Amino acid sequence: MYLIDQHTKKIMEECKERARAAGLSFDNETLEYIVTNSDMINLGPKNMIPTLYDYWVHDVEVLKEIGKYKLYPHNPYETVINSRPAISFYNDNNPDWLNIMIFYHVLAHIDFFQNNILFENQWKDDFVGLALADKRLIENLRSKHGRWVDYVIEFSRSIDNITGYFRMLPRHGLIEEKQLPSKLNFYFDIFLQEILKVPQNKIFKEIERYNNIGQSNPEIAEAMFFSEVRVKYPEFQSKYDNYIPAEAEAMDIMDFICRHSPFLKKEQNRWMQSVMTIVRNTSLYFAPQMRTKIMNEGWASYWHDELFRSDERISGHEVDYARINAGVTAITRVGLNPYAIGMRLVQHVESLANKGKINYDFQKISDADTRGNYNKETGRGKEAIFKLRKNFSDFMLLNTFIDQDFINDHDLFVVGKRVNEEKGVYEYYIKSKKAEDYKNMMIDSLYHPPLIKVNRGKTDDDCLYLTHVFEGKQIYKPYIADTLLGIEFLWGAKVCLETTEIVKEDADTEDKAPAFTYRKVMYTMKDKKITKTQL
Amino acid sequence: MSENIFKLYKQLKKKGLSHDQLEIIERELDCYTRKKERDKATKPEAPQISGVYDKNDFELFIGIIKNTDPFLAMQTLEDLLERDKKREEDGFPKRIKIGKFIKPEKGNKEKIVVVPTTTEPKFYHDNSITEDEDETGGSGEGEEGEVLGEQPMEPTEGEGEGTGAGQGEGAEHDISSDAFDLGKILTEKFQLPNLKTKGKKVSQTKFQYDLTDKNRGFGQLLDKKDTIKKILETNILLGNVTEENGFSTENLVVNPHDKIYRIMSREKDFEAQCVVFFIRDYSGSMQGKPTEAIVSQHLLIYSWLMYQYQNNVQVRFVLHDTEAKEVKDFYTYYKSAVAGGTSVFAAYELVAGIIEKEQLARENNIYIFHGTDGDDWEETGEKALAAINKMLPDLSRMGITVAKNAWTALDKPTTVETYLMDSGLLKEKKELIRLDAFSAEEASENRIIEGIKKLIS
Repeated sequence: MYLIDQHTKKIMEECKERARAAGLSFDNETLEYIVTNSDMINLGPKNMIPTLYDYWVHDVEVLKEIGKYKLYPHNPYETVINSRPAISFYNDNNPDWLNIMIFYHVLAHIDFFQNNILFENQWKDDFVGLALADKRLIENLRSKHGRWVDYVIEFSRSIDNITGYFRMLPRHGLIEEKQLPSKLNFYFDIFLQEILKVPQNKIFKEIERYNNIGQSNPEIAEAMFFSEVRVKYPEFQSKYDNYIPAEAEAMDIMDFICRHSPFLKKEQNRWMQSVMTIVRNTSLYFAPQMRTKIMNEGWASYWHDELFRSDERISGHEVDYARINAGVTAITRVGLNPYAIGMRLVQHVESLANKGKINYDFQKISDADTRGNYNKETGRGKEAIFKLRKNFSDFMLLNTFIDQDFINDHDLFVVGKRVNEEKGVYEYYIKSKKAEDYKNMMIDSLYHPPLIKVNRGKTDDDCLYLTHVFEGKQIYKPYIADTLLGIEFLWGAKVCLETTEIVKEDADTEDKAPAFTYRKVMYTMKDKKITKTQL
Repeated sequence: MSENIFKLYKQLKKKGLSHDQLEIIERELDCYTRKKERDKATKPEAPQISGVYDKNDFELFIGIIKNTDPFLAMQTLEDLLERDKKREEDGFPKRIKIGKFIKPEKGNKEKIVVVPTTTEPKFYHDNSITEDEDETGGSGEGEEGEVLGEQPMEPTEGEGEGTGAGQGEGAEHDISSDAFDLGKILTEKFQLPNLKTKGKKVSQTKFQYDLTDKNRGFGQLLDKKDTIKKILETNILLGNVTEENGFSTENLVVNPHDKIYRIMSREKDFEAQCVVFFIRDYSGSMQGKPTEAIVSQHLLIYSWLMYQYQNNVQVRFVLHDTEAKEVKDFYTYYKSAVAGGTSVFAAYELVAGIIEKEQLARENNIYIFHGTDGDDWEETGEKALAAINKMLPDLSRMGITVAKNAWTALDKPTTVETYLMDSGLLKEKKELIRLDAFSAEEASENRIIEGIKKLIS
């Protein structure tokens, strides 16, 4: 891997100027590397980030599909790394004009990373530098603890897709840990309102009482006030002492285990906490990218088209460019292409905004003709898509803007797969052309790991109790035992997972849809043995 | 072919069949007819479906395809396997599995490569229960209900876990010879039993050096007897030593060139020669799991042989249903799928014929590995046993693996097992012939390796 030469770098700087002129905004410094085949082989599994920690699984082919279960997606593949400065990769076999187009694509990605709020938590950190420090730390630990470091990495990775990514987002900008509320605040805000659920008028009476005491004896007001409280509510003091403010709570399972595991608290195991933190931080780094794949690729495809077509360096290569662009952004007959769909959605939003259709007045119109001909020519399309780039994630984009017009314009449909007994084949057929169905299908294929929480009430030093919040899909059974094994190791005691199972009952007749029953079950992993009970 | 199978059926029925046997034969015939019908129907191509997260910038723009090079992966194999072993000591389950890859290469050639694989277990959502149908998107013309493409339901014979895409028709196929590295993965070193040194094939790769040659003038070790003889000879010629006078050692002239040494030189090494026959039943009843289990086992044996015997093994492949035929390479052997009936003796007779015609027994150790699901249209197995008895004296070892179908009761022995056991051959000639049976549904990799051990221990 080596830096691009001066000549190419100069070309790319010119691209930056044009991009900025069009409205994109990104940091000045960027790094471009030429990548070779051997880099791909060696660095591939580490997402092209050479400073990422070494792990033996990177050397082995990981089975991603077993039978018909697609256990995707694994970490996205980077051609642009969101670091400071942003790093991107190129192939020196590509001609200059192609590298220019790719660079426009890259710039749009950088613009997206640096402006979309889902990436907010990454703006201050230098991931690559951090990764290097982390990698060295792990190497160091390996020399001391040998293969146990890899076990800890393995078990941490088995739960690294269940992170509190969204919970952590709004924290950015807030003070790290809010102070414990004062006794007064606790009494009025939490004890009376949430714990005892005392009616409003009683609360006002209490406030009045406090104010009265405060007026007569300001210094000892609090003490006097609370002596009465102690008589009325003897449990108040213990409740206050045991109160843990929500902000200091763990964000996800990994965080919880890191902070509270009896096994990790032991002096000789403390080093494991740093390893877990590293794995968790790495996973959190990739989390926003998983959730904005369609948005990101669509945005980048939109801009590389806009910018490259208006760049005079395209001359002579229009047809070649058209070919490559078609290859990247074509909608396939069957299958999903995030570049294609993303780009067309961005264009769709732009045109809607230009026509003034993103607006309540338009939505009130029911007449099809009026809707079709509605065009206020506001010219605010670009403004709208910049807002899109700032605020939207994949789910928001798909949920808000897939409508029947979009489906009809691009002839989209939902493909279903059914069994044809006589022929002994699976048939792929056009299942539906309705926007509602298409939207549901798209949303269903988005990245969404199961939501698993720690049940603090039932957790103690001897048992870690996890609850799976059922959202309509059960957990993939063959992996449950292995994952729980890792968690048991890290917790140091038995682990229980409460989840819901779906059992299908075969339909009596061909026409009836099969019925499903939902069963609550609990898996217990103790001493490396798993048991399952029905609840 | 189709006529033969029904003719045979009628013949056997006339001779008289037990109820069970009739059931077996009719089921096989049923598979056969159904497959014939399926083959006749024209089918549109199975569509290539990609999901939202399948495409990435690298493949599309940079053009270098990210592929974990399996050969590179195998370089760290020794370490990985060491580590895997330690896992068991630490109390954790092993992680490395052997996966089979059908790697699409340029120009539509496909290679079967066997590589170490692993899985990364995590909590994932499982879509399979509520959704009978996978849904995906598409675009273009068409009305609701229109069919876009088809995909066969049963996996193509011989495809196991871990096979990727790549369903092109190719020209030449063979297992990549580097697959012999798989032999390393089988951490127990298997040994071919009863290996005798027959024939005089000179080894191409192994060399031995020994102090056997004699050389005048220089070398490693002075051969005293010969040196003295030579010196005397020279001195006789010179006239220093005569019959009458005798001689005194002081008068002997010692010519340096007369000193005879033993020198290190390359010896021809003779290696044992083997011929291994792989026989596989590819009849209708073998569809699905039994075939998968058998070809997996044969793949493992083949790779191990390649590794350990370093190309000193000649391998022959025989497929059989009601008739037997030899095929030229492993890939054809692996992939062929027919749905005929089953006559085991046909294969044995073919092999016996080959051995006789080519006089293989003279210079080679002969091994036979036969994989079947246990069904045989010939209930008594007369002809099969006759063929076995004819070959047995020439064989070093014969191993028969029975991978039972889903519908065969696990405790009842199958036809082949029954007639083999009844003949007493398995007890009398334990050193020469072995039988192993297991259920194909539950054939894990470990069970298959256990089976191999049983056959060649």
